[in-house]
Amino acid sequence: MLAQMSTVQKLSGMKPGDGLIESHGKGLIKPAGQVELSETALQEEITRILTTNNPHAPQNIVRYSFKDRSYKTCIVDQMAVLFEMEGSLVHEDSDEGRRLRARGGLCEEAATVDTETEPDEEKTETPATPAEDGGEVEEVGEEDRPDSVASKIDRKEPKQTNQFNFSERASQTLNNPQRDRSCQTEPPPRCTFSATASQWEIYDAYVEELQQPEKSQSDDATKLKKAAKILERMVHQNIFDDIAQDFKYFEDPSDEFRDPEGTLLPLWKFHYDKAKRLSVTALCWNNKYQDLFAVGMGSYDFRKQGHGMLLIYTLKNSWFPEHVYPTTSGAMCLDIHKECSYLVAVGFHNGCVAVYNLKQEGTEPVFKSTAKTGEHTDPVWQVRWQKDDMDNNHNFYSVSADGRVVSWTLVKTELVFTDIIRLSMNGTISEGLEHAPQSSIACGTAFDFHQQIDYLFLVGTEDGKIHKCSKTYSSQFLETFDAHNMAVHAVKWNHFHPKVFISCSSDYTVKIWDHTINTPMFTFDLSAAVADVSWSPYSSTVFAAVTTDGRVHVFDLSVNKYEAICQQAVVSKKTQLTHVEFNPIYPIIIVGDNRGYVNSLKLSPNLRKKPKAKKGQELPEGPEVEVAKMEKLLSLLREPEQSTF
Amino acid sequence: MAGTGEGKKEEDYKRLHSFPLIRHTDMPEEMRVETMELCVTACEKFATNNESAAKMIKESMDKKFGSSWHVVIGEGFGFEVTHEVKNLLYMFFGGSLAVCVWKCS
Repeated sequence: MLAQMSTVQKLSGMKPGDGLIESHGKGLIKPAGQVELSETALQEEITRILTTNNPHAPQNIVRYSFKDRSYKTCIVDQMAVLFEMEGSLVHEDSDEGRRLRARGGLCEEAATVDTETEPDEEKTETPATPAEDGGEVEEVGEEDRPDSVASKIDRKEPKQTNQFNFSERASQTLNNPQRDRSCQTEPPPRCTFSATASQWEIYDAYVEELQQPEKSQSDDATKLKKAAKILERMVHQNIFDDIAQDFKYFEDPSDEFRDPEGTLLPLWKFHYDKAKRLSVTALCWNNKYQDLFAVGMGSYDFRKQGHGMLLIYTLKNSWFPEHVYPTTSGAMCLDIHKECSYLVAVGFHNGCVAVYNLKQEGTEPVFKSTAKTGEHTDPVWQVRWQKDDMDNNHNFYSVSADGRVVSWTLVKTELVFTDIIRLSMNGTISEGLEHAPQSSIACGTAFDFHQQIDYLFLVGTEDGKIHKCSKTYSSQFLETFDAHNMAVHAVKWNHFHPKVFISCSSDYTVKIWDHTINTPMFTFDLSAAVADVSWSPYSSTVFAAVTTDGRVHVFDLSVNKYEAICQQAVVSKKTQLTHVEFNPIYPIIIVGDNRGYVNSLKLSPNLRKKPKAKKGQELPEGPEVEVAKMEKLLSLLREPEQSTF
Repeated sequence: MAGTGEGKKEEDYKRLHSFPLIRHTDMPEEMRVETMELCVTACEKFATNNESAAKMIKESMDKKFGSSWHVVIGEGFGFEVTHEVKNLLYMFFGGSLAVCVWKCS
């Protein structure tokens, strides 16, 4: 404000100055009424000081301060306004300036800028305004002129909105609803473990561990054993592929032209080197695994008795037995349990009976009779499993040359024996008891139990007799058949017909009996000692017999009542066949010989022929049919025999 | 005589029974060997201080196989633990020590 004041003073001072300068040459022009001052008065200096303090402002004003709870002097505004002028200048580059210019392009008096430019255009000399300013203003002016047209157009511009009359609108898009979702990975599986650590447990563990090494080695061996076994089977299958094919598929086509005769096709040959000198003394198929069979090795020559062997073979491997159980005495007979197919009962030449468990490791029997527990005093000729007794203990029977038929029961760890019957030469035992020394013992060589009548069984003896006995009467034979002239080697009930049984003997004959009739129904002379005979499992009229001249005879009574439909030498003439067994399912038989070989033979179609079906008639099947077939044959025979009596 | 025999026997026992004997484990082979070696190292290092040995095993196991391992070392104790499958080792060492290492987080 003071500065303004000074400029005002200057201007006011200069205006006369201007006049002074311009009229310098012409002389001083003094305004009228100027005070004439003397030289001394002019020289006098009058000091005037301008201060920022307002001398009129009050100095002693106090105000109560609530904050400090006391009166305080307050600062008083020292400003005094001497001059004030509201300007209407607008900067030409500002938005407002442009707008104003555009609006009032023609009416010059509207804008202050235009009013300012007007004197410039007129080029009136204004020394106060700098040259630069004028230039700028000129430029604006020049701009304005060509723009005059444009400014006209600008006037048609939409009207400036009334800034105080408006409404505000807002909108928002819909926000997606939020949702929480969570999941968890499956926690790592856990389990619990508990144990007790104590000094004695640690000690025991160490002791056990120290005994372990041998075991772990054997574990490795058993691991390898399994792989080796599989490999052996594979190699065997590859090498004997043709035999396996024959076993499964080959049906002798020449049978058609040979009817009714058939042939036997040799398949695998089983032999075990360590049992070289021994002869096959027993054969038995496993009921559960139809490719598995047990072979008893021993000797029939009482001068050459020695060790024996129990071998378990499978058809899948003819090189080497599945199981080998060496025995101190020669095995004479064996039987595999029907249900528990891992139990094998074996009778030995020294009168001992034993039970082997194929599941268990080791070569020792799980049960063995001793002299104390009533073992036989002579070779055991046959053993046979029976149904479990009332306490569900397994039990089997044995017959021996000492004339006893003994029942053995497997109780926990021991064999408990019960004498069933004591055989004697002359009839019943009751007579024998009275004068025991005189009555000689009849040596039992074979027996068989009736399938349906539980108590009934047959015993064949060395002197050629066959006794029909009952388990319940130990003192008496139900009946005695004067069957053969020499030792009976086998007695077997027919699988189908409940009355029929077969027997064979060294007297060259095979006889078929009805147990209700004293005389044989059929008698076949095979011109060599018959070592064994076996009914087929598929037909009531088919049986096979082996003779010591190395031949196998297969009969089908429904085809030929007088001769075998197949007579075939399967080993060299010097070799004696000892046993024959039908496989329960496959059409093969196994025959054992006295050199320790077991041959498997396939029956040709003619040997296992079913009766031809008449046209349009359904072929009846089942055991009844087989019984009827046998019955028919028997009835043919009975009548003429009865008539001869 | 008898005494020396007894002493010899005891020595024999100590010599024979000093090896680490894994009593139970479900660890994979590699882990088992590593853990066993670690246990042996720890038990030998802190032969008289089971606590330190256990601590060492635990810390090493936490580093190697992730956290939450538990270790029990002692001459006699009973236990029932819940562990993550394939993360348990129960072994004897030195003829008198039982070491149980398991993971459960």
